[in-house]
Amino acid sequence: MTDKKEWPLWEVFIRSQHGLAHRHVGSLHAPDAEMAIMNARDVYTRRNEGVSIWVVKASDISASSPSEKGPLFDPANSKVYRHPTFYEIPEELGHM
Amino acid sequence: MYAQMVKTGIDHIQSKEEMSPEERAFQDRVDADIKIEPKEWMPEAYRKTLIRQISQHAHSEIIGMQPEGNWITRAPTLERKAILLAKVQDEAGHGLYLYCAAETLGVSRDELLEQLNSGKAKYSSIFNYPTLTWADIGAIGWLVDGAAIMNQVPLQRCSYGPYSRAMIRICKEESFHQRQGYDIMMKLAKGTPEQKAMAQDALNRWWWPSLMMFGPSDADSVHSAQSMRWKIKINSNDELRQKFVDQTVPQAEYLGLTVPDADLKWNAERGHYDFGAVNWDEFYQVIAGNGPCNRQRLRTRVKAYEEGRWVREAADAYAAKKAARAQARAA
Repeated sequence: MTDKKEWPLWEVFIRSQHGLAHRHVGSLHAPDAEMAIMNARDVYTRRNEGVSIWVVKASDISASSPSEKGPLFDPANSKVYRHPTFYEIPEELGHM
Repeated sequence: MYAQMVKTGIDHIQSKEEMSPEERAFQDRVDADIKIEPKEWMPEAYRKTLIRQISQHAHSEIIGMQPEGNWITRAPTLERKAILLAKVQDEAGHGLYLYCAAETLGVSRDELLEQLNSGKAKYSSIFNYPTLTWADIGAIGWLVDGAAIMNQVPLQRCSYGPYSRAMIRICKEESFHQRQGYDIMMKLAKGTPEQKAMAQDALNRWWWPSLMMFGPSDADSVHSAQSMRWKIKINSNDELRQKFVDQTVPQAEYLGLTVPDADLKWNAERGHYDFGAVNWDEFYQVIAGNGPCNRQRLRTRVKAYEEGRWVREAADAYAAKKAARAQARAA
């Protein structure tokens, strides 16, 4: 009773009305990109959530490996001076 | 609940000393409320339990379309029909979000559908009851979705990232479902004596099955204890059931309807309603496949799948044709 081959998995990205970037919202199965977009409209934008849809085959996404999370991201850990809160600005100057 | 009595495959709760270093690191992350994501290491029992729980939840959403779908063509007004259609479409969407979450754990969509269609997989007991009148649509939204929300709101904080995210989406949409149900009940309760009687009859029939949704007491269940430790179950069944009763009784009073439980009364000392014993024999009968509609639900589900086969095949053929053309152009 199972169909002979499973439809590929597509990751769905939606851009909302407010000028923000496309955001990952979930995934779905579809035979091709065109159907994936049509299905994404029904599954992920039933309440006006978006004005633009991207679909990408899940198998085409390369991801960083969770086990390398430490070495990959720790260069940023020691650089607190990249944040504005690192600097003390005299109160009499007001907002900067 | 939408997932009832989920087994974990374990026979006792491990102490931290019994755990392997990986298991201990995993439990520490869960304890610290750090979300577990798909590709990270997780105990096999956690993965398998989650697949069981999420897929049962998904199957419930899919089968749950049937009792309500029964009334789409018979809704009393065009507006009610449009609303019901939107609600049933949401249930389909919820099923899809959840199947996607389950798939991140390494099970395929086809396997999940095969388990549902072959009758191997379980879904919530509640969907094996018939919807005899329009008032049942009101009662389902009010009581069944109300009970579901009770369970799903805490699950937004569960330890598994994709499940938690699916729950957040679902909860956002679910409160419309409960309100539209209560709205139907209000209309009927304020209507003619016959309409009010219809609302009362629906409450009579849906009250106890709704309480059964939470599952039997799991105070002594090792599976529930383990699931709670993994934070894929947040509250005990009895806790949620009590919360549901406390919340729902005043809503029934507002409608001027009577909850069909002679033992129901406010207990000022406890600060909760006391209520009568649930008929668990009935519950076990329903989950064993002997509820009023089990066979019909499965039959309808398989029929829909089979009758949709040509559509899937056509979509496949079209995709293959387009891909071949694109390849020929490129060559």
